[in-house]
Amino acid sequence: MENVHPIDTGHHEPSFSTKPIIRTFWILLGITLVELVLATIHLKTGFPPKLVLNGVYLILTCAKAFYIIAEFMHLRHEIKNLIMTIAVPATLFIWFIISFLWDGGSYKELRNRYDRHHYEMSKEKAPAAEGEHEPAAKKPGAVE
Amino acid sequence: MAHSVPAGQKWWSGGKSPFNVEYGKLMMWYFLMSDAFTFGAFLISYGSIRFATNGWPDPNEVFRAFPLMGDTHLPLVFVSLMTFILIASSVTMVLAVAAGHNNDQKKVTTYMIWTILGGIAFLSCQAWEWTHLHGEGAWWGRNPFLNSDGTAATTNFTNYFFTITGFHGFHVFSGVIINIIMLIKNLRGDFAKRGHYLMIEKAGLYWHFVDLVWVFVFTCFYLL
Repeated sequence: MENVHPIDTGHHEPSFSTKPIIRTFWILLGITLVELVLATIHLKTGFPPKLVLNGVYLILTCAKAFYIIAEFMHLRHEIKNLIMTIAVPATLFIWFIISFLWDGGSYKELRNRYDRHHYEMSKEKAPAAEGEHEPAAKKPGAVE
Repeated sequence: MAHSVPAGQKWWSGGKSPFNVEYGKLMMWYFLMSDAFTFGAFLISYGSIRFATNGWPDPNEVFRAFPLMGDTHLPLVFVSLMTFILIASSVTMVLAVAAGHNNDQKKVTTYMIWTILGGIAFLSCQAWEWTHLHGEGAWWGRNPFLNSDGTAATTNFTNYFFTITGFHGFHVFSGVIINIIMLIKNLRGDFAKRGHYLMIEKAGLYWHFVDLVWVFVFTCFYLL
């Protein structure tokens, strides 16, 4: 019975030093600043095309998520089997994102093709005056 | 580094802790998994609708204000500040957890107070942003912003924005409440008596998760 700990306090390794925490903080801050700078450059010059920029944003977001989960939530320092019970179900997200975005895009295309009224209304410029334009925007879609 | 389990041991036959974490902490991880799928469903639904719509407002036009700066055009600056606040409060939270590992009750108190202040600061920023947008006429079911190509927008934009940031803000709010309870328990010496600060760690996991979700909300609503 010597293996039974009534309370496993989680003190299984001494690696909880503050140095990697501060390093992670700078990394996260740096990535956010890079995103801000990229967005500003894009606004001023339009240089990185929006599509490329979105890809960069997604990669940077995943990097931030990795650092938060691995270092702040300390998952990188847990037992591998525990990491797998978190990481494997999370891969479902890859399919969710692809399929739902694909479905949305397909819906838009089909609707534009077969519901010309909706398409033309959505290309009409809004009246310059402030105020009640949202009913006008909703009506054309009422066909369903 | 991930610890590997020594081969040849019967880890699952009882009496041992195969994942080497306490039960409550493990269950916090699985709760956060379920919460991640809730937020994921929200954000993916937002993405799906956005892909299914012909025009969409430009976030740089919508989110460009900064408190006390009047009508200056400062896209993204305010949300970046909010992101910074949340990341900083996440750091103080890890420092509290680290102090708990060293059984340092005083330091835990200090860092918990900083974390709570960070959470309150974030909520205040969000309150200001919501008030500002509401003042511009945006709310659930009302969208004063035009699409980036000048056509009229649907209310999907505001509905999703207020629902998702509201749900996230509610998480931050409950996180602050949890942290305050942890602070009180720490001040009463509950954890010192117990000999470990695992409760701080569990609250910390929740708090980091809130930060994690914000990273995705920030990207989906403000950048893309």
